[in-house]
Amino acid sequence: MNAHSPLFPSAYDLKAPAGAEGWEELYPYYLTFQPNLREKEDAKFWFCDSQHWPNPFKPFDAITVEYAVRCLGQYNTRHYLVPPANGVDYRIHNGYCYMSPIAVAPDLIEGRIPQFLERAGHYFQNWDSLLENWHKKVKANIAEMEALSFEKLPETVPLDWITEGRGVDPHLDIMANYDAAIQLLYKTWQYHFEFLNLGYAAYLDFFGFMKGEFPTIPDQAIAKMVQGVDSDLFRPDDELKKLARLAIELGVSDALKSGSVDEVLAAVAQKEHGQAWLDAWKAAQDPWFNFTSGNGFYSTDKYWIDHLDIPMGYLRDYVSRAQAGKEIERPTAKLIAERDRITAEYQEMMNPEAVEAFQGKLGLARVVFPYVENHNFYIEHWSMSVFWRKMRELSKLLMEEGFWPTEDGMFYLTRQEVRDVLFDYGNAWATGGEWIGPSYWPQEIERRSKIIDALATQPPQPALNNPPEVITEPFTIMLWGITSESIQNWIGADEEEGALSGMAASPGAVEGIARVIRSPDQLGEIEDGEILVAPVTAPSWAPVFGKIKATVTDIGGMMSHAAIVCREYGLPAVTGTGNGSSKITTGQKIRVDGNTGKVTILD
Amino acid sequence: MSAYTLEFSEIGRADHARVGGKCASLGEMTRAGVAVPPGFAVTTDAYLAMLDQTRLREEIMAQIARVDFDNVDSLERAAQAIQIRFRSHHLPEAVEAAIRSGYAEIGEGTPVAVRSSATAEDLPDASFAGQQDTYLWVCGAGDVVEHVRDCWASLFTARAMKYRHDANLGQIDVLMSVAVQKMVNARAAGVAMTLDPLNGDRTKIVIDASYGLGELVVSGVVTPDNYRVEKVLMEVLERRISDKHMELVPDAAAATTVEREVDEARRTAQCLTDAEIIAVANLAKDLERQNGCPQDVEWAIDADLADGHNLLALQARPETVWSQKKEDKPKSAYATGMMGIVGALNNPIGSR
Repeated sequence: MNAHSPLFPSAYDLKAPAGAEGWEELYPYYLTFQPNLREKEDAKFWFCDSQHWPNPFKPFDAITVEYAVRCLGQYNTRHYLVPPANGVDYRIHNGYCYMSPIAVAPDLIEGRIPQFLERAGHYFQNWDSLLENWHKKVKANIAEMEALSFEKLPETVPLDWITEGRGVDPHLDIMANYDAAIQLLYKTWQYHFEFLNLGYAAYLDFFGFMKGEFPTIPDQAIAKMVQGVDSDLFRPDDELKKLARLAIELGVSDALKSGSVDEVLAAVAQKEHGQAWLDAWKAAQDPWFNFTSGNGFYSTDKYWIDHLDIPMGYLRDYVSRAQAGKEIERPTAKLIAERDRITAEYQEMMNPEAVEAFQGKLGLARVVFPYVENHNFYIEHWSMSVFWRKMRELSKLLMEEGFWPTEDGMFYLTRQEVRDVLFDYGNAWATGGEWIGPSYWPQEIERRSKIIDALATQPPQPALNNPPEVITEPFTIMLWGITSESIQNWIGADEEEGALSGMAASPGAVEGIARVIRSPDQLGEIEDGEILVAPVTAPSWAPVFGKIKATVTDIGGMMSHAAIVCREYGLPAVTGTGNGSSKITTGQKIRVDGNTGKVTILD
Repeated sequence: MSAYTLEFSEIGRADHARVGGKCASLGEMTRAGVAVPPGFAVTTDAYLAMLDQTRLREEIMAQIARVDFDNVDSLERAAQAIQIRFRSHHLPEAVEAAIRSGYAEIGEGTPVAVRSSATAEDLPDASFAGQQDTYLWVCGAGDVVEHVRDCWASLFTARAMKYRHDANLGQIDVLMSVAVQKMVNARAAGVAMTLDPLNGDRTKIVIDASYGLGELVVSGVVTPDNYRVEKVLMEVLERRISDKHMELVPDAAAATTVEREVDEARRTAQCLTDAEIIAVANLAKDLERQNGCPQDVEWAIDADLADGHNLLALQARPETVWSQKKEDKPKSAYATGMMGIVGALNNPIGSR
């Protein structure tokens, strides 16, 4: 490869699809490839993160990539001084985000080691107590967000504000609460990465050690040795299973079988023990229904708590499976026994001198790994559920005031533009004049909406420019599953007809009928025994994992959420196939080999 | 049974010297609950009785005394003469009775394999082991007795004698036991090793498999399918499907086996299902655990038996090539604790 013919295109040569011209104005200047920086930007390797952000961003939603990736960086660069790795630079191009890890200059690595030992060492040594505190911080942060409210400006300032001499008006609160929501979200994402990078680093150490001892050990065997069985990530699904069992026990299961959620709840209430079940249903919701069928990164993500029909659908399914005598609970005792067996068998085959190091590294990996799984519930699900709910409330309020015609109008604005709108809202309210927004935003939102639809017609490039000779950046490898080998797969150098390759993410091999799912709204289409094929899956799709035979995703590494859930459910999975969901069509017979990472279209 | 024969299930550790390597391993497997075709060992006591209760020992010694070991013709003449002497003697009555009764236990008229189980098989030259005979699809007590005698006689082929001479072993001191074992009506058969023979990797089980009896796999007449199984997760990692053009199958009418062409459709198909691959791997893994070291296992799937009960172990031996290899890998110092993490970050595995 040489500089004149890069393996992947330059962003500067990738034109927007027809109808998407001017998309750059939808995002802040620092998120787009600036024309006068071409030389510098083209010299870097960028990979598309469609694992977390598979769809083009509405302007407001870009806040998720900004805060997430920025906060990932801060811990490497400024908190712990991870010796070889700073953060990850990111841009949006044609609506998709591209990442470029920033390495530490080789001559500076050595000097960062003592600081890393002291700073990260403190976290590893005090992991449990610091983590206990983390849970308190995150819950307090959620409570603060939950307490925020947005109310329409009143016709007049309440009289008691006058009589007590407040001297301010309610618009100040709207501005303050909006800013607070944004700040609390910022804090959410700082917390997200406080432990995560260290968790991955310890896992990477254990992973590398095992690969050194057993060069051909499957990645998923290593993952199985550390994975937890009581992750909070599985709790929402477990709550539904408990509710299903309780419904049968209390004799209210018939009432669950059909009708809308309201009809169901009314029917249950008529039953003799209905109230007991309704209490349990209510109790499970906070916090466990703060669970999205998306991944938390989009304003369009649907959370169970706002769409009770989603958990109700899963619940019905569990009830009928339980009534058919099927085991619906996760076999946790079996999973623990299996984890212990795998660990013991590898230890038996190991050099005796290696055993001590093995136990030390495994021990640390097991201490830190629960965080890697658990944080997802507290941040992506619970925190983001509250954040998006508050923002939807604000967007709806402004719709009702005439600023835009649809409930989601606000998400077509950047977060800075929302501040302007809020000022406009309070400005004319104060002057007694007319808001400008209602005559400006409806057509502007219409225009932006068309641009985003146009962007969505063109899939992203897997990467831009030339990859480095070898990928050495540890977080790129661990979080995104990007290695020199997977880049080769993108190029499709060794692709055979009807065959796709990806990561062997969860063991087992099966054949079955494919069901391609592009959005969580389609989850209801899945039939028993099908193979789920999706651009990316979310852990909250768990309830369908009881029905499917295997999973194939376009994006994701060994530690992607899809891989973790599949291993938990004992399903074969091939992740990171690049384009499985576009090459495979629903109804095709395919073979998924989670041991080798091969997917074959048999039809 | 008598001192002359032992059912596989009766063979204990103390009997190993009397039954040879092959029977000892079959005995251990049977006692450990591994499914093997039923049968019995004709002990070295029976062989000694044959030598000493007839004039055979003197006749053999006389032949050997005259042999010029550097002259092929002379060796060959002596070998022929000894074979004839073996056939000219009846087995001692008690020995023959023991064999007949052992065979009756398996079932009169049941096809059996009669195989030599030499006590010197542990000798490093593996080819020596192959020089004793194996007779398949033997039917009827009379034929079984005759083939036991043929096995004994096969100790005195020209090559075996030459080998012992060159290795400074006494010609008459190497004793032989014989295994009589129910024939397997193998639909498929082959070999499983509990390490990767290419690199000694103990996390793999490598299986060769082809149609019919395993002899064509062992002798290399057929290129078998080759499967690699991850030993801990028990998952099939690789399936290399070969063109398996021949199979050795029983010819019931002729009470023998015949080599025949495999039809076009089956030749290039995977000869074991994935479930069968895993079953073979589990069998090999169990044997490795029981014997405490990597194993080389011959197995077969019997077409006459029901699914789930049709996988049989025919033989298990310790793997010798990699197991005897000295660890030549330089001992790596393991960075532990925080320095381990620093090392992992600076040199993540995926980048190697």
